[in-house]
Amino acid sequence: MSGAADREAVFPTRQSLGIMKAKLKGAETGHSLLKRKSEALTKSITRRIDEAKRKMGRVMQIASLSLAEVTYAVGGNIGYQIQESTKSARFRIRAKQENVSGVLLPAFEAYQAEGNDDFAMTGLGKGGQQVQRCRETYARAVEALVELASLQTAFVILDEVIKVVNRRVNAIEHVIIPRTENTIKYINSELDELDREEFYRLKKVAAKKQRDNAETDAQMKAKKAEQQRLADSENAEGEQTENTPADILAAEEDEDVIF
Amino acid sequence: MATSQADARDRQFLAVIGDEDSVTGLLLAGIGHVTAPPDSQKNFLVVDNKTDNAAIEAAFDRFTTERKDIGIVLINQHIADRIRHRVDTHTAAFPTVLEIPSKDHPYDPEKDSVLRRVRRLFGE
Repeated sequence: MSGAADREAVFPTRQSLGIMKAKLKGAETGHSLLKRKSEALTKSITRRIDEAKRKMGRVMQIASLSLAEVTYAVGGNIGYQIQESTKSARFRIRAKQENVSGVLLPAFEAYQAEGNDDFAMTGLGKGGQQVQRCRETYARAVEALVELASLQTAFVILDEVIKVVNRRVNAIEHVIIPRTENTIKYINSELDELDREEFYRLKKVAAKKQRDNAETDAQMKAKKAEQQRLADSENAEGEQTENTPADILAAEEDEDVIF
Repeated sequence: MATSQADARDRQFLAVIGDEDSVTGLLLAGIGHVTAPPDSQKNFLVVDNKTDNAAIEAAFDRFTTERKDIGIVLINQHIADRIRHRVDTHTAAFPTVLEIPSKDHPYDPEKDSVLRRVRRLFGE
């Protein structure tokens, strides 16, 4: 364990080891969750954008064909007339919120404002039916466009979110997890070191105790031997006195017996 | 996000920059809107060969940055090509810039700035 390795500043204790292990587990769970989130976001949105763009191509083609029909039926270009008679939008959009895995996305919704019809006179002379049909076709086309626009807005916002999520995923993967692992390694090695120290200390203590015991044993033995020797010599003296029968009473006073 | 929510709610119009046919068709659908007379602003611009790029850019800027009531800007792809750098640098979520095909110019997904961003995001 090199001291230069990137790790958190913690004291190598069992408690902080527990904390670090919990942290590592949390980081791994978070990593897999965020990764899944980012994948889900990208997958759902890109497929829909692709489909909508394709659909738009078809719809716009049909719409311009229908406009060509109008031009033919009316017998002239109605563009100028239409541009001039435009006053207020009938076809409007409204933004609403959509929740995609915790991200609020605005979505457009098309609606037709009632009551204003700028083109009541268009095609009155001739080609009225074609104009009507063309308006319907274009209305459908614009609806498709609005749908696509919502997807695109969603994508632009999701783009940011995905970037943030990916940054977090990478940070967890390349910074937090290795650092936590390093810290755990460090704590483990320190704890092992402490364990070895402790073991050595105990061994030392045990050895010291043994030595002390041996010493005291030896002393005791010596003492005992001494006593034995003393007792023996006393006995020997006693025997000697016994051999000469004597009147105990006659003898001088006994020594006091001390217990 | 809170600002963009409030921002999004006010945007209820579409705008269009396109050739005459596209604009006519979309106006027929009813997206055209002209604001009140004093400074009556149209939300559409007809572009033909004589329109210079500065005018297109000015209209694009007006629709995307100045006006706060436009939610979607539709622009013909061949016109977007003429002011491509402007379209590419528009990265805000609102208003959405949508490239649409025109009668004479079929849609080319390779040029679309949003699709290019999609592709770049996935490293293709």
